[in-house]
Amino acid sequence: MSVAASPAPAPTGGEARAARTERLRLLLRAPTVVGGVLVLAFWVFCAVFPGLVARHDPIFDNQFPTSLPPEWAFPFGTDTNGRDILSRVLAGSRSILVIAPAATLIGTVLGTTLGLVTGYFRGVVDDGVSRLVDAVLALPLIVTAILIVTAVGSSGRWVVTLTIGLIFAPIISRTVRAAVLAETELDYVEAARLRGERGGYIMFSEILPNVFPLVVVEFTVRLGYAIFAVASLTFIGFGVPPPSPDWAAQINQYWTLIDPYWWMTLFPALAIASLVIAANLVSDGVREVYER
Amino acid sequence: MSAAVSTPALDVSDLELVYRVRGIDRQVLRGISFTIEPGRSYGLVGESGCGKSTAALGIVRYLPRNGRISGGAISVAGRDILALGGRELRDYHARLVSMVYQNPGSALNPSLRIGKQISEAFTMLGVHDKEAGDRSHEALVRVQIADPASVLSRYPHQLSGGMQQRVVIAMALAKDPALLILDEPTTGLDATVEAEVLDLVSQLQAELSTAVLFISHNLGVISKMCDRVGVLYSGRIVEEGPVDAVLRDPRHPYTVGLLRCIPRGGVRKDHGRLDTIPGFLPSLGAELLGCVFADRCALADERCHVEEPPLETISAGHESRCWYHERARDLPREEAADIELPRVERDAAPLVELDALTKVFRQRGHDVHALTEVSAAIWPGETLGLVGESGSGKTTLARTLLGIVEPTAGTASLDGTLLPKRYQKRSPAELRALQIVFQNPDSALNRRHSVRRILLRSLRKLAGVGGSTAEQRMLALTDRVRLTERTLTQKPVQLSGGLKQRVAIARAFAGNPKLVVCDEPTSALDVSVQAAILNLLVELQSENKVAYIFISHDLGVVRYIADRIGVLYLGRLQELGAADVVFAGPHHPYTEALLSAVPTIDGGGRDRIRLEGDIPSAAEPPSGCVFHTRCPRKLGAICEETEPPLVEVNEGHLMRCHIPIDELRELQRKTDFVAQSHKVASATERDAR
Repeated sequence: MSVAASPAPAPTGGEARAARTERLRLLLRAPTVVGGVLVLAFWVFCAVFPGLVARHDPIFDNQFPTSLPPEWAFPFGTDTNGRDILSRVLAGSRSILVIAPAATLIGTVLGTTLGLVTGYFRGVVDDGVSRLVDAVLALPLIVTAILIVTAVGSSGRWVVTLTIGLIFAPIISRTVRAAVLAETELDYVEAARLRGERGGYIMFSEILPNVFPLVVVEFTVRLGYAIFAVASLTFIGFGVPPPSPDWAAQINQYWTLIDPYWWMTLFPALAIASLVIAANLVSDGVREVYER
Repeated sequence: MSAAVSTPALDVSDLELVYRVRGIDRQVLRGISFTIEPGRSYGLVGESGCGKSTAALGIVRYLPRNGRISGGAISVAGRDILALGGRELRDYHARLVSMVYQNPGSALNPSLRIGKQISEAFTMLGVHDKEAGDRSHEALVRVQIADPASVLSRYPHQLSGGMQQRVVIAMALAKDPALLILDEPTTGLDATVEAEVLDLVSQLQAELSTAVLFISHNLGVISKMCDRVGVLYSGRIVEEGPVDAVLRDPRHPYTVGLLRCIPRGGVRKDHGRLDTIPGFLPSLGAELLGCVFADRCALADERCHVEEPPLETISAGHESRCWYHERARDLPREEAADIELPRVERDAAPLVELDALTKVFRQRGHDVHALTEVSAAIWPGETLGLVGESGSGKTTLARTLLGIVEPTAGTASLDGTLLPKRYQKRSPAELRALQIVFQNPDSALNRRHSVRRILLRSLRKLAGVGGSTAEQRMLALTDRVRLTERTLTQKPVQLSGGLKQRVAIARAFAGNPKLVVCDEPTSALDVSVQAAILNLLVELQSENKVAYIFISHDLGVVRYIADRIGVLYLGRLQELGAADVVFAGPHHPYTEALLSAVPTIDGGGRDRIRLEGDIPSAAEPPSGCVFHTRCPRKLGAICEETEPPLVEVNEGHLMRCHIPIDELRELQRKTDFVAQSHKVASATERDAR
């Protein structure tokens, strides 16, 4: 109380920049965040330059003896098509690293807009949209996704991306709406109304900057979920078909052979896990820094 | 005074305290010393950030994790507090010291019944459950709460702020502490409730011989409640002594400045400007070589900046830390700028007319009558002050005029033209004409926008200018509200409260408004800043002939700035008249009560009447005169049955009361006399002690 109550000392210019640097510094001080960032960076690198990390071609069949268990030459073993699983895992991050962030981005943009509109206008708009959101939230994500994908009748990667984005939007809108409700209570919103600003300006130019940190946090949190959701949908056969080295597609292809060929499922699964965990570590760090 | 040497209830000597911020120890208290004898009360005053609350937290040893006592000693009833460890510290908290905070709402657990919470205070002392229940009841009786038995079974949210604070005081006194610390205990309460709580505290203190440390920014409260006072500035006690001596014969330039910047003793805006204390408090933990106040002191010379003055004794027990304490009273005054206030021409057409404005909110199936048929007019260049307790409808009235709240019935008109009810339907010219300055500048300014962006946008929307014209207008505007150009690139967080309020004022004035609603614009600010803001508002009025609706709970402020005053109670206008007439009386009984409630520095014969109980619910306003349930001058059945009309008792002076004006005059003269003689009697009594 007492520290905060003292009047601001003579301020210096560029303090916003200083605050940003400070946040970054805090972020990079936490070992968990650094770990998460390193793992993410590694997979992004693999996705961009698969040729640099994978020693063998990830797609071409019968390069090696089939179904070899892990050994020195093939640390992750080979699959039933005679491909090096290590190479396939290293090359398999690409599609998930495109679909998941794209889906999260779509969900965040839609959700933030929805949250701003419902939180700002309240009343009938809010009631209507909120019931719809309730309905979406009541169903498990995967069930809704299957419904949408089936209804559309196509299961390409863009359909998966859009589907997950659409399902995330109401979830994100919930969080944003709560923050917007609190903001609209503040007098600066009233001041804007009294100088004749329109709703759009007030929502996007006045309120949005104030809830933006929350949106960033929400994005990173959702990213972890999105990776998992994309993997789940691919696993049940949507999104990326074989022979893609996509991790979930690999699991889909080999999980019935898990006994005795456990390595064909285990290593892609570990790769998915590492990505989800890394995303969560980063999002925890971001949340802590922004919510201080 | 007894000559026996007793152990002081609290003895603080050379207390030094630091906060560790970003790895650096910053000194907050720079060696403060004071003593409170048992049964006495000591006031600690100063503006925000001077270390008052920190001192209290240090004494109870509730410092935040980054705070540390780095020197000095504290003893409470002879016990060395700094030496206490775990269990002893708990025992100290349980038996010796109690603290009452500003916000009673957050001091009580919202999910436990009052009875449970109070009896906890007793079971802590080892009292059995059953007995604790009985003692809780007694404790509530002691704090004179209405219907204690039912209060015990209620939850905190079912009590009003005043009642909550009584409960907190009851809990604090449960252990019969040696020391009771009150940290701004009435700051969040209405004046009438504040008066009751303060009366209660002084009464209990006399009964219990508890020593009281009273922390407040309000010199009036301190003057009423305390025997001695210490003036704190930047972690130093700069002046200390008996309350009367310090307030009547201040010997430190800071104390002199504080006393001068409060509008009191009937000062009005046409008498000139209020004094201010220029400059800012030194930043937290700044290295100060000489006198802590030197940077802001008009008397300071070289010596003050390099050598700290010792505490000099002025008279017995009155000390000041100033090299030039004998000259403190000669502190240069604010130059009486030749402000020419606009002459209000009441023969001309009024600027704004409110006609039977009524607002009924629908809340959980109840009709809440926030505003009932309020009619008033405001002329160009005048200030209409609105006073009343919280819930009286002041803010609703202003918001209805602005179109934020749609009136249920009645109309508002501007320059003779009816205003659309909602702001959305109003023309740009109408929006521009009516603007507002909010109470809390933190909430009023978008914290993500720079001052520059805030002002340019307002100029675009309100004045319809852009580009280089807007730039020029912005510079002119910042100049008018005395902001430096440097402020423009900054965001609100980087500004002090006073500067933020100046930005908010500049924004309201961007389109040359005809009327600005000032909704408690200075109540979140320190008194020295308040004075500067009031000066600014008066200057702007004289330049632009703008009219103000000035809402405030501080009658001194309203008296300073308002030409006319409207007194609201439960959404009804009870009295309306020229400021001096309303203050001089005869007043409406409610106005009289409001005036009596304000603790003044000058003392004087204000202690006349007290209002009992809380403002009734606006969902079920009392029948007849809405004020009859609390009115000390109630006549009888007529007050309960018939609502008195608002009639003109004198030219331009309207009042809503059944008592004829001459009778009121007579009644009020009488109580004045009685109060005066009481005052004399109690003063002699105190001297005898």
